[in-house]
Amino acid sequence: MSNGDEIVNSLRGLALFSGLGQPELEQIADPEWERRFPAGERVLRRGLSGSGFYVILDGEAAVRIDENELSRLRRGDFFGEVSTLLGAAPTADIVAESPLHCLEVPGPDLEKFLLAHPRVMLEVLKTEARRLQDALAWRG
Amino acid sequence: MAGLGERPNPPGDYPVVVVGSGPGGLQASYSLSRLGVEHAVISQDDSPGGMFRLFPIYERLLSWTKLETPCPVDSREYEWYDHNSLIADEPEQRGVMRDFMSRTFMVPSREDMEGGLAAFAERTGLQVRYGCTWESTRREDDGSLVLTTTDGEYRCRAAVFALGVTTAWKSPIPGIEEVPHYAQASRDREAYRGKRVFIVGKRNSAFELADGLEEWASKIVLASPRPVAVLSSVRARYLQPYEDWTLGGGTVVLDAAIERVERRSGGFHIVAEGTTRPGRLELEADEVIAATGFTTPLRDLGKLGVQTVSQGRIPALTNFWESEKGSGIFFAGNASQGAAGLRKHGVGSSSPAVHGFRYNARVMARRLAETHLGVRAPRERVKRGELVSFLLQELTSAPELWAQKSYLARVVWGSGETDILPLADWLDRPRPDCVAVAVEENAAGEIYPAVYVASGGAVTEHLLDPQPLHDFRGAEYQRRLTELL
Repeated sequence: MSNGDEIVNSLRGLALFSGLGQPELEQIADPEWERRFPAGERVLRRGLSGSGFYVILDGEAAVRIDENELSRLRRGDFFGEVSTLLGAAPTADIVAESPLHCLEVPGPDLEKFLLAHPRVMLEVLKTEARRLQDALAWRG
Repeated sequence: MAGLGERPNPPGDYPVVVVGSGPGGLQASYSLSRLGVEHAVISQDDSPGGMFRLFPIYERLLSWTKLETPCPVDSREYEWYDHNSLIADEPEQRGVMRDFMSRTFMVPSREDMEGGLAAFAERTGLQVRYGCTWESTRREDDGSLVLTTTDGEYRCRAAVFALGVTTAWKSPIPGIEEVPHYAQASRDREAYRGKRVFIVGKRNSAFELADGLEEWASKIVLASPRPVAVLSSVRARYLQPYEDWTLGGGTVVLDAAIERVERRSGGFHIVAEGTTRPGRLELEADEVIAATGFTTPLRDLGKLGVQTVSQGRIPALTNFWESEKGSGIFFAGNASQGAAGLRKHGVGSSSPAVHGFRYNARVMARRLAETHLGVRAPRERVKRGELVSFLLQELTSAPELWAQKSYLARVVWGSGETDILPLADWLDRPRPDCVAVAVEENAAGEIYPAVYVASGGAVTEHLLDPQPLHDFRGAEYQRRLTELL
């Protein structure tokens, strides 16, 4: 069982939310945004519209296309931002590999959320830059 | 009244035990009864109604029952217009709440709602053992569940917990233990005459208080960290104080994290930090009320693996409202919101409200009967030549699809048999070639049909255009759906 403080404490330990004060963390820790998925359940579905942005608080998830696992996501990782920001359906499934505990920012709220929390936006941007760099290095 | 004084369902062995006699428990019991599933309903209360025996404290509900509609009042379609009655298969049992409505207001009072639920239980012959409190739970080696109660032990293969989300919950703010919760606020509004009232919270219960106190309090301030979500977390029924705030009428609505509440002589001192608009705030109030929500009284179910969401207040559930697949621990009523569904475009289910969870309970009962008791629930069949018109009619008028957007879907299997199922479950399990349709809504508030076609193991999503009158039976929809199928 968790309470409001536990979600705030969990967020505080993540790089994505580093440097945020208590009031800002309390605002982000919306109880309606807390999600749990049993192992094996899909969180994002390839080709399905209307998904959101997820931050993993605990557990592991796999990025999959059909049966192929492309990568593994863990506490502090996030996903769903590309499809949400571009208004496109995800190009891969995200599947819970263990009981998965997440914070979901609903799709329509993401832009407002990032503008309201510029430090979080900067961290998202840095991660996207690293992912791009990795992808380019792999190609090269 | 059914069950009162008779004390049916003595302790013993039953296939299923239902805990609770609010709308969730009554709907679950009704649905199990109509499947022929023997079960015992127990309740700690002494009469039906659950939370509606007590809340909302200022008596007016937020959901409607309409008396005049374009469809017959004993039809399934009428459920669209009546968000408060429990659902029945027999036409004569539909729309029970009509008997409790006057034409003074389209929304019933708390007392009317309580009366409607009692009438449903009586007219449909539901048997509830009142005054029987569930105290603890254990699982036996053979997998059965044992519920210990004040009357003795109940052993069952599956249990349905319809406990309500009704236990007062306070957010962890220093000093908040000094102030009453919403549930303890004075029902006599005279007590707030001329006072400065500070309400912690900005959801329905907070706004219900504010709405009820506008004629009494000299000043009302509502505060919580997140902005008001108009028409989602606060329904139109209670928006008067919000309009007051936006038009500058004196009521104040703040986005602020409350640092502490201090009792001072004759009142309270509140220290808060603005969130949407940063800045320190210090306020004085004569009364502070914590309208910070409720929690599900799960007792010892955590020991049996029940996890939670929403700050520990709601059980985390599978798409069929079970604590985990095969656990036999099901939930009905308000707590069925613990199965979040797809939440496409951020649109949540209507599961916290009667008009949403009454359908969950029916689907859950069928699932429970089939997976835990081997009872095959009856299904209607759609003739091949009528598939397109059937699906478009469902998309236009099926109350399940409209109450539970992108949450419950109408599925037609290859055999022509048809089901109402949780869309998330249907999408994720292996299935033969078939079709599912759901009513969906996007961020712009547009409502449109979604068609999911399963073929060769894969599912493709097809979103049809919105229609201004929400009638999807026209030629263009027929053409498009025929093409897809």
